[in-house]
Amino acid sequence: MNKHEFSVIGQPLPKIDAWAKVTGETRYADDLVLPRMAHARLLRSPHAHARIAAIDTSRAAALPGVYAVITGADLPPVKFGILPVSQDEEALCREKVRMVGDAVAAVAALDEETAERACELVEVTYEPLPALMSIEESLAHPEVRIHEYGDGPNVHKSVALQFGDVEAAFAAADLVREDVFFYEGNTHLPLEQHAAVAHWGPDDKLTLWSSTQTPHYVHRLLAKILAVPAAHVRVIAAPVGGGFGGKLDPFAHEIAACQLSRLCGRPVKIALTREEVFYVHRGRHPVLMWLKTGFTRAGDITGSHLRTWLDGGAYGSYGVASTFYTGAINPVTYKMPVYKFEGARIFTNKPPCGPKRGHGTPQPRFALECQIDRAAEQLGLDPADLRRRIVAEPYTKTANHLTVTTIGLGECLDRVVEASGWREKWRGWNAPPRGRGPVRRGVGIACSSYMTGAGSAVYWNNMPHSGVVLRADRGGGVAILCGATDIGQGSDSILAYLPAEVLGIDPKDVRVHPADTDLTPVDLGSYSSRVTLMCGVAAIQAATRLREVLFQAVAAKLEVDPSRLVARDRKVGVPDDWDRALTFAQAVELGEAMHGVLAFAGSYAPPKRAGKYKGGGVGPSPCYSYSACVVELSVDEDTGMVELHDVWLAHDVGRALNPLLVEGQVEGSVYMGIGEALMEEQVFRKHVHKTPSMLEYKSPTTLETPAIHTILVETDDPEGPFGAKEAGQGPLLPVMPAIANAIYDAVGVRIDEVPITSEKVLRALDLKRQGKPARVGPEKLPLFTFKTPLVVESAFGQPADAITRRPFA
Amino acid sequence: MMRLPPFLYVSPRTVAEAAKAVAEAGPGGMLVAGGTDLYPNMKRRQFEPTTLVGLAAVRELRGVRGSAREGVTLGATTILSAVATHPDLLRHYPALATAAGLVSSPQLRNMGTLGGNVCVDTRCNYYNQPYPWRKAVGFCMKKDGDICLVAPGSRRCWAVSSSDTAPVLWSLGARVRLVSASGERTIPIDALFRDDGIEYLAKRPDEILTEIVLPPAEGWASTYLKLRRRGSFDFPELGVAVALRLEDATVAQARIVLGAVASQPRPATKAARALVGQRLTPDVIAHVADLAAGPARPLDNTDFTHPYRKKMTRVFVARALGRLAGLERAGRDEEELA
Amino acid sequence: MNRGPDEPMKARIELTVNGERREALVPVHKTLLEVLREDLDLTGTKHGCELGECGTCTVLVDGEPVLSCLALPAELEGREILTVEGLAQGGRLHPLQRAFAELGAAQCGYCTPGILLVARALLEATPVPTREQVRVALAGNICRCTGYTKILDAVELAALRMAGRTPVATAAAGSAR
Repeated sequence: MNKHEFSVIGQPLPKIDAWAKVTGETRYADDLVLPRMAHARLLRSPHAHARIAAIDTSRAAALPGVYAVITGADLPPVKFGILPVSQDEEALCREKVRMVGDAVAAVAALDEETAERACELVEVTYEPLPALMSIEESLAHPEVRIHEYGDGPNVHKSVALQFGDVEAAFAAADLVREDVFFYEGNTHLPLEQHAAVAHWGPDDKLTLWSSTQTPHYVHRLLAKILAVPAAHVRVIAAPVGGGFGGKLDPFAHEIAACQLSRLCGRPVKIALTREEVFYVHRGRHPVLMWLKTGFTRAGDITGSHLRTWLDGGAYGSYGVASTFYTGAINPVTYKMPVYKFEGARIFTNKPPCGPKRGHGTPQPRFALECQIDRAAEQLGLDPADLRRRIVAEPYTKTANHLTVTTIGLGECLDRVVEASGWREKWRGWNAPPRGRGPVRRGVGIACSSYMTGAGSAVYWNNMPHSGVVLRADRGGGVAILCGATDIGQGSDSILAYLPAEVLGIDPKDVRVHPADTDLTPVDLGSYSSRVTLMCGVAAIQAATRLREVLFQAVAAKLEVDPSRLVARDRKVGVPDDWDRALTFAQAVELGEAMHGVLAFAGSYAPPKRAGKYKGGGVGPSPCYSYSACVVELSVDEDTGMVELHDVWLAHDVGRALNPLLVEGQVEGSVYMGIGEALMEEQVFRKHVHKTPSMLEYKSPTTLETPAIHTILVETDDPEGPFGAKEAGQGPLLPVMPAIANAIYDAVGVRIDEVPITSEKVLRALDLKRQGKPARVGPEKLPLFTFKTPLVVESAFGQPADAITRRPFA
Repeated sequence: MMRLPPFLYVSPRTVAEAAKAVAEAGPGGMLVAGGTDLYPNMKRRQFEPTTLVGLAAVRELRGVRGSAREGVTLGATTILSAVATHPDLLRHYPALATAAGLVSSPQLRNMGTLGGNVCVDTRCNYYNQPYPWRKAVGFCMKKDGDICLVAPGSRRCWAVSSSDTAPVLWSLGARVRLVSASGERTIPIDALFRDDGIEYLAKRPDEILTEIVLPPAEGWASTYLKLRRRGSFDFPELGVAVALRLEDATVAQARIVLGAVASQPRPATKAARALVGQRLTPDVIAHVADLAAGPARPLDNTDFTHPYRKKMTRVFVARALGRLAGLERAGRDEEELA
Repeated sequence: MNRGPDEPMKARIELTVNGERREALVPVHKTLLEVLREDLDLTGTKHGCELGECGTCTVLVDGEPVLSCLALPAELEGREILTVEGLAQGGRLHPLQRAFAELGAAQCGYCTPGILLVARALLEATPVPTREQVRVALAGNICRCTGYTKILDAVELAALRMAGRTPVATAAAGSAR
């Protein structure tokens, strides 16, 4: 279908929830007020690692205004975790705390201040244990165990996969590079602090409104954790004030609020402070990386070997997936015929890491793109041309058995090169400096790819990943019920646009009812860039089913063949006899008279393409997005300060269902990438988070954010709804390496770790002035033996698995 | 939500009433003007006053009067955005307008006052943290504890003077008027500060800083440079205030005062002295910048590493002098050569 | 329930909010943010840190942006407070609201009320600001979703429309309410 044939798709429409958001009407979780509502707070551990000897809540319970005080003893003794393989969390710790910020008690009271004061009256006796605050410490102290499970003492997960013979690949290369990189941890920092309201009703049924990206998983886990039938638990995702992956786990505050409500017979609200949000975390893993890649003289990659060490923090969370993701996506971008990956996630006594925008892939992307830049220099190649040459082949398999469909990376590269003026601005390796005084200008380039939705759910099942129920009203309106959660990305709007396109009505005629486990079919959640594709395809299916029935009914009325009918402009009729077309509302009435109630379901599950090896379930996706990025910046050689001027980012989104929303995702991704590249870091000192505040955790303001030039490339992917692929995460990935590469272009220093602070740039410049290698980055690797790799044949270059063959289609 | 602890609130209308109120409130009393420093500190339980004496309704404390020729008097509760945009200040005391305009964010400058910024609590990233954090790491001597976490052997507190305007006012030779129920005094601003992270003000708690008096500006040039990671929100991690009186392109008088390198603004006296009688050539500037970096003794208790802050002192002093000499390039908007 | 002897000092405050006189009996230590949200049911004002470090809770007092998390209602009697709920007049959206909706300047929407109010103050003082002026005015508001780009675009669009230099309506306007 060509663009001009669409009426809704491709239009820069406002989001359907925009009007509520600009008037203050949107009710986020903390805006909800229920009659008799109590307010809760959590007491959190001041110790990074300690045994809990005793908890005395009597003084807290005696405080006037306190309704209920609970500890772990007041909850069923079950451990939980988002992944079935990592059931290691407790809402309120019973025997042991593993990080500063672990919750140990909760209070419900008549107001938040009273709950807070009562928490201070809870007396916890701790027996401190040695705190392990780094990968090195955790590996060096096997006698101190943070958890009893895993792939070794304090080793949560260790994986090793080999696809083809990397040693042979290196032997065949003209240039083999080995480089070491470090990517510091950082956090999502949504502006909305997590909040929830729980209501355990007199009917012994539970309703939880929460700021969550995944009401379905919370629903499942609440039933397990609270030992109640899932049928009696209802989870409603309130509009989410920013997620970025930070609201994807079931959290202590949600569970505590439910139990407190059960005990005190009132609705209970709980809202985290900003400090607590830093402890809840589940953000970007700090990852140390060793990368060895072979190149031919022309720039082709002969093979690549990646090792990653992830600092996981105190709990599993999504960490097993994160570990695999550090190895899964690099082969999707370029022709990489042979590949080996070894990764390990280590427990430490810090807030657990998990999925943040780009989940597990920005770190190895940084390593690969910085290494390619160096290889290009050694080979005397233009880094844009080198990348252009090695772009992966569409409709093939990667070395690690991922099927890729459309690839718009070549066009992305061409477009950013042209838009940025790369051919003029990049003047070759070792060109004389540009700029005046101590300020030098430079440009850098990098590419990336990202999946459009995870191919597997977090728990094994054969059911749809996304479902839509669509009901047509006699007034001509359409209601959409779908479990998808709008976290600002616009999923509610997509759920209006797509049925409107199919049915020929205005998006305003569609009312979207999202994310309520009582009412809406399951959507797994807003993660892995899955929502537009998965709920989009399901919505199209449901709308198409309605359209078929309407066409039957209208065809009978007009005495034409249904195949001649079209739906557009809120009418259904025959194009060359449009005067007789019926209104959409009339069509609905006829349809309902013929078929009964017009309610239709749509279902989506991704094609089953998991690689036939253990670990092959992480990485497959219906399709992959591609991005290319050029950054232009200045570096002040006296201060090491970096000033960004422009970022050009071309993104292969398959099709822009609404270009405004896609641009918004690109711009937001670039912004978040800039923060990660230059200033954001979640670091610890004396066992505590060094900077748990909006002031000291540095998020760029308008003044640090450069002009962002977005270029959308459309490849019309057969797997996506109307050809669309993801846009919410992929565009973040190339930003950090493009910045690092531009800094090298400007002042000739390599900063092999993020954030690239002015201190590090200045240190590298000092080394350069001293005639030493002008590099700042990690100097050593942990002593850790990876297990023997699972050796699998490389699937590189094989034809793709069957396209659009998916369940429920 | 972070909330304030309870307190009694008194809202006097005149300085005299305010002085009386703060005297009556006793040791549990505190003054508050804009609240932009005190309220966050109270929410973190760094201060738990029983009585707050609010200065918002004391009209006589607001406003700017005088002229560059005879000197300018600024009411202590004049908000920072008014200082930053005042035409006479921009023209004759540009360093002060610049410094006021670089404090935190636009919204905060609409609330925060000049007096409040002069008296802003010293900062330390072991101290400006929420109560549960401080409990987890172990309380420090500035609040609730008895050790210094940044310099564990130390018997004093090393929290950092984090005012943008104080080093500028010091470099301009400002005086401050202090009023209490028992009388009033006017002192040079350098006598207002002490080099101690806890007792960083020589002002008695019952004294109200009512006015800041600037000497005549004629013949003086001034500038202020601020080091921080972001162009907004962030406190100074280094401030460089320079005021010079030039006679025929030769420095007749000079003051260089560094902010955020100690518990009080730190004058670079030796460096300033070395400027007198000199023309602002690149060689002189480089020499003076080296001298100025001497008094900077940053510790590891703010953003940026302390060796970096020390290093930047030299660079920033050189740039401030270069700017006053007309040598400094504009930077951001500069056309590139290549 | 009796709070006991440490009952905090309460004050009857009268505020002018969005042009309406509002009264409340509140503890004096409650900030304007808390009173707006918890006592006056104006939950359009959001909060991201409560320490003056993010700009999310910005409201206008006498037309100037201030941080409601650091303002005491006791100090604001007699002054005009404007929150996001007061931006639209008689059911007509403010041009800034329209532009923000049409251009996708609100993603999660959580920082949006504060940003709208800062932008309104800017346009009152500087009807057609340069992009740099918009950037500087909004330097006290963190947004984690948008990269600020569409926010700057929307402020510029609203400014042009308000100045009568209306650019061709965006395609989005057709679907606007």
